[in-house]
Amino acid sequence: MIDLKVTEIKMGEEHVGKWGMVIDQDMCTGCQACVAACAMENNITFVGEKDSGYGRSMHWIRIERFWQGEYPEIKMTPNQPMMCQQCGSATCEPVCPAFATVHSQAEQLNLQVYNRCVGTRYCANNCPYQVRSFNWRDYKRPEPLANQFNPDVTVRRRGVMEKCTFCIQRIHKAEDKAKSEGREVVDGEFTTACAQACPATAITFGRVDDPESLVSQLARRHGHGVKHLEELGTLPNVTYFKGG
Amino acid sequence: MTGYNKKEEKAPAGVHHHESHGEEHLREQHLMLDPLPRGQMNEMVMESMHETSWKFWVVFAILSVIVAYGLFFSWGKMIAEGLGIAGVNRPSYWGIFLVNTVFWIGISHAGTFISAILRVFRAEFRRPFTRAAELMTTFGLVQAGFSIFMHMGRVWLFYWLLPYPNERMLWPNLHSPLSWDLIAITTYLLSSTMYLFLPLIPDLAMARDRSTGWRKTFYKVLALGFRGTEGEWAHLRNAMNIFAWAIIPVMFSVHTIVSWDFAAATRPGWNSSIFGPYFVIGALHSGMGAVIMVLAVVRGTMKNMKYFIRPEHFDAIGKLMLLISMGWAYFFFNDYMVQWYGGDKWTHQLLHFHEEGPMGWMWLSMLVFNIVIPWAVLWNRKWRSTPWIVFIVGLLINVGMWFERYIIIPVSLSINRMPFTWRLYHPGIEIPLGIGTLAFFILLYMAASRLIPLVPVWEVQEGQMAHELKKFGRETVVSVSELE
Repeated sequence: MIDLKVTEIKMGEEHVGKWGMVIDQDMCTGCQACVAACAMENNITFVGEKDSGYGRSMHWIRIERFWQGEYPEIKMTPNQPMMCQQCGSATCEPVCPAFATVHSQAEQLNLQVYNRCVGTRYCANNCPYQVRSFNWRDYKRPEPLANQFNPDVTVRRRGVMEKCTFCIQRIHKAEDKAKSEGREVVDGEFTTACAQACPATAITFGRVDDPESLVSQLARRHGHGVKHLEELGTLPNVTYFKGG
Repeated sequence: MTGYNKKEEKAPAGVHHHESHGEEHLREQHLMLDPLPRGQMNEMVMESMHETSWKFWVVFAILSVIVAYGLFFSWGKMIAEGLGIAGVNRPSYWGIFLVNTVFWIGISHAGTFISAILRVFRAEFRRPFTRAAELMTTFGLVQAGFSIFMHMGRVWLFYWLLPYPNERMLWPNLHSPLSWDLIAITTYLLSSTMYLFLPLIPDLAMARDRSTGWRKTFYKVLALGFRGTEGEWAHLRNAMNIFAWAIIPVMFSVHTIVSWDFAAATRPGWNSSIFGPYFVIGALHSGMGAVIMVLAVVRGTMKNMKYFIRPEHFDAIGKLMLLISMGWAYFFFNDYMVQWYGGDKWTHQLLHFHEEGPMGWMWLSMLVFNIVIPWAVLWNRKWRSTPWIVFIVGLLINVGMWFERYIIIPVSLSINRMPFTWRLYHPGIEIPLGIGTLAFFILLYMAASRLIPLVPVWEVQEGQMAHELKKFGRETVVSVSELE
């Protein structure tokens, strides 16, 4: 026998990250509450109607809707919330010439270092999920939203890339609190803004490396989850369910 | 080395008369066989630099206004307001800025190709226009630099891409093709500038000896005290030889690395292993077109240039253009064919979008301008020796190659694996900025034509000394001796 020494290629299901999400598309009503909550939580700016219509909306999460067939005989597909998949092997990371897009070893997340970003936008081109948003201008927030800022999150200026962080400020807050109380973070102790706002509980967030956590249980129970574009070897950490 | 071997075409009626006529014909056709006294030739080149018509200044003033508005004012505005005033969006995060970067680097390729490759292969027809081509390399790279810096969201922090020592020990990411790009383009700019400068030294010394006033000082500083001794020539020849050889791999690597910006990405249509040579041949295609345009303009507008640049040169470059056009067609077909045959659904979608989408007209005219027109025109010696015809062909090739880059960048970016984000790109302030770089290129070239000898006089004189017409019986034979 010839030993070919084939390196095993990990696909999404075998890869275990740290934080992950399970999204049940059958539950999603497309109400956009997660989009609004994410914008409030993460100080996402308002780009206005015109820029938004030109593909410059900056939402870190979006609800994708598709239909099949020609009007009026159209069939809607389930709503598909799409945000950064926090890939284990992210294509956005190696292409940044300034190390502004880096991988967190501690949290197993893709970080965007806003104040290191010089705005080459290569990461956004190379993201197969197209979930990165660029600050095309210094947008003004309409009143009274200008008075609403989350003090735990920085605001970004023009020329900088940004994206979903899995609400890393909440992760850190929970970890700090648990550490000061001398314990581990309990599953369900905190969640991301989108999951918290979802009235249909279509989004669940938690530890994917803990088999007893809710996300792991849901993933097992449905058993037919899909990770988007995992054939590219990106090792995404978000699992989608639909049709059952 | 063999030269021309022109036989008598008709049976001679009066042998002596006809042979002298044949010689005259040869002289008229070939610069190398039509020597002038060195002093006179030097004066002709000096004249072409000094005698400036009012039309020059009118064009110069118009271009200056375009540069001031299109390049500097518009760029300043974009820096102040953000990239929102450009047309880039999601998913076309890269737009005309990158198209222009690739385009200008492509233009810069022909300079080195003509100068270095023809020099190491000792193609005699190169002699009068090597400098005109080398200047395009340097000035084209300047525009490429402008275009890529415009593209950055926070250009005032461009130095973060350079490996400079800092207290946080932060270095550029050498995994990124953009970092490779920066290194490659900087290397190319520095080496091509040195390569431009070396053969210029004897001409600067010539100009120094024939100037007065501020020009004298200018040439004196630049000529580095060159006096033309045997030792100086030996050193200069050595240095030029090393540079001519060394710059060829640099030239190939630069455009290959530019292609890796795209080929190394995980996008349908970009992730192609043939992009390296395909981009190199594309760069040569547009670059040769640009060289021939520049030569047609120089011959038409500058004094005494009809002596130096003759139909034989357009003929020779025309042949090269035809060859490169065939090469481009070969690589294009290879790239297209393999991607289509691969059957990946996203690539299929993209190829259909190229051909049948709203920018289908651009895809089709790219093929017409880059393949059909050069093939239809350049096969004919008479047509490819006519300056205005090859000027138009060169212009169309450049438009076609710009379209090619436009299709590769914003058009291909419109389609990705997330159909929800598909959207077309409409350029905004990129248009004045792009026109600004074009005007700045022409402006730099015009300024250079007043300051440095556009014809490498010593190279022409050296070639003329090496060429000789000899008679063997009834036949006039061109013989070329090895001087170097």
